[in-house]
Amino acid sequence: MSERKPKLAVWKFASCDGCQLSLLNCEDELLALTGKIEIAYFLEASRATVEGPYDLSLVEGSITTPHDEERIHEIRRSSRFLMTIGACATAGGIQALRNFADVREYTSIVYASPQYISTLNKSTPISDHVWVDFELRGCPISKDQLLEVITAYLHERKPAIPKHSVCVECKTAGNVCVMVSHGTACLGPVTQAGCGALCPAYDRGCFGCFGPKETPNTISLSAWLQERGSERRELIRSFRNFNAYATAFRKESEALERAEATHG
Amino acid sequence: METLDRSGIDALLTALRERGFTVLGPTVRDRAIVYDELRSTADLPVGVTDEQAAGSYRLTHRGDDALFGYTVGPHSWKRWLHPPLVRLLRITPEEGGQGFTADSSDPGARRWAFVGVRACELAAIGIQDRVFLDGPAVDPVYDARRRGVFVVAVNCAQAGGTCFCASMDAGPRAREGFDLALTEVVDDDRHYFLVEDGSPEGREVLAALPSRLATADEVKTADRILESAASSMGRSLEMDGLPEILGRGYDSPRWEKVATRCLSCTNCTMVCPTCFCSTVEDVNDLADGAAERWRRWDSCFTTEFSYLHGGSVRTSVSSRYRQWLTHKLGTWIEQFGSPGCVGCGRCITWCPVGIDLTEEAAALRESDRALHA
Repeated sequence: MSERKPKLAVWKFASCDGCQLSLLNCEDELLALTGKIEIAYFLEASRATVEGPYDLSLVEGSITTPHDEERIHEIRRSSRFLMTIGACATAGGIQALRNFADVREYTSIVYASPQYISTLNKSTPISDHVWVDFELRGCPISKDQLLEVITAYLHERKPAIPKHSVCVECKTAGNVCVMVSHGTACLGPVTQAGCGALCPAYDRGCFGCFGPKETPNTISLSAWLQERGSERRELIRSFRNFNAYATAFRKESEALERAEATHG
Repeated sequence: METLDRSGIDALLTALRERGFTVLGPTVRDRAIVYDELRSTADLPVGVTDEQAAGSYRLTHRGDDALFGYTVGPHSWKRWLHPPLVRLLRITPEEGGQGFTADSSDPGARRWAFVGVRACELAAIGIQDRVFLDGPAVDPVYDARRRGVFVVAVNCAQAGGTCFCASMDAGPRAREGFDLALTEVVDDDRHYFLVEDGSPEGREVLAALPSRLATADEVKTADRILESAASSMGRSLEMDGLPEILGRGYDSPRWEKVATRCLSCTNCTMVCPTCFCSTVEDVNDLADGAAERWRRWDSCFTTEFSYLHGGSVRTSVSSRYRQWLTHKLGTWIEQFGSPGCVGCGRCITWCPVGIDLTEEAAALRESDRALHA
């Protein structure tokens, strides 16, 4: 085939590398993938790199330093299509817990010589800085969803990545609802599907790894759980997880915090 | 009417298996009574019952050895007849050629015997029959799966906390649509089943079981049990004039009120035995170039459901709840000749925040009365 294969680049910002690993974890599908797309820049897989511009950039991680802030603009300029992967890139990640505290205080506790640390006050998603064509949620992302988006991209079709709740996946799998059958607090009804309802399948409540679903009613869920004995502090911790800075979860944890300050 | 002893149920399951059926029925799993394959009566929820309320389901022990001493759980038979996920088509390109092969077979279809089908569930299957089979287009997946099903109904000897089948004229006694219908009687000293046949195949199966003619006393006892179940429904729903109330209640403030609680999580529609909406997704394989079309359950509570060119028509949760309730209890009647509700109460029990359809309908009726008095 004389047709040029599209060039794929994988970029990393503040993150644990787990989402990039999902690409390497594709194993069986990876060969088929490299048949259709040229992996041009992927430092986690190979030091050999091909110069840009790139057709498809996958961006992992959040923006946490002044250097990151500049680099993401360069990447955007050299990418035709830019997709963010994982909770760090789409919501600021677990490191966005700093957004609710004083980062200078943190650096003074963590580092022996904090004066060498150049960091931003907040950990922010990529979409706060540049135009993002598609956001793939999850901590980590689902391998199947990643393949679906890349396949959809290669075939110029819409990816089948629904924004509905985790509950749909529970009901599809035939799981028994942990909230209804034993009163376990679960973020599933306000969290976007994609994980295959992993935790409820093992009788645990959902941790919200895929971030808020479309039109999430966190207020109603919090109120119901509080009526049934959940402490506000527990709920704040539930919402302040990998997607703490995603708008709906952030607002809910802040509202709970205000209520806690007022009512104790 | 015949009578079967407790051991007759073992004989029934064996007979069904020998006839080539995959036998499905109630069993305890993950702190609930779900439907799954039954190997013997030991798999049944022996002595277990359920306590249901809005947003709450708990199993407890009955203190006897009843096999069917509960109401309905999170699953419904829709799971098998209209599966949550089913491949409709697989298209594979021919090696080296321009052609392709298409496979639309449904590998999930079996010849099932459903054991423990409640009257409300029979009514729900009847409603889905009308939706999938009676219209101008017959659904091939439902048709193939439904055709061979053998139904062993079990009349409800008790009503659950969220049950209201009596209001919907859908129970607790199964009247039609079964091959066999059982009524379980657990007395101090006897445990037996009244058996009624409802089809030639049911008669055949029954003839091979160790049954005998029921006595007048046994029939009377069973009738009394079913009457007491009918009069102890945990909920009720007044249907009289409700479609009209819903029709003119478009602007009722109640919709906004329920939307403050509604999670738009879709659980009510997923557990509903009559909700039938689905969507199709096309996927393709990078390696072999094959493409597949899958159908999965969809829900009017998602925004994607009402996505038309340019966006979703029902962006607010209030409009989605209104759509669901108005269809279920109102416009469904124009469309399919009956309401889309059988009073099983699943949408009440399995709503994670306990929204109660009967309460919402009553509130809408109340605000309608205030407005149009």
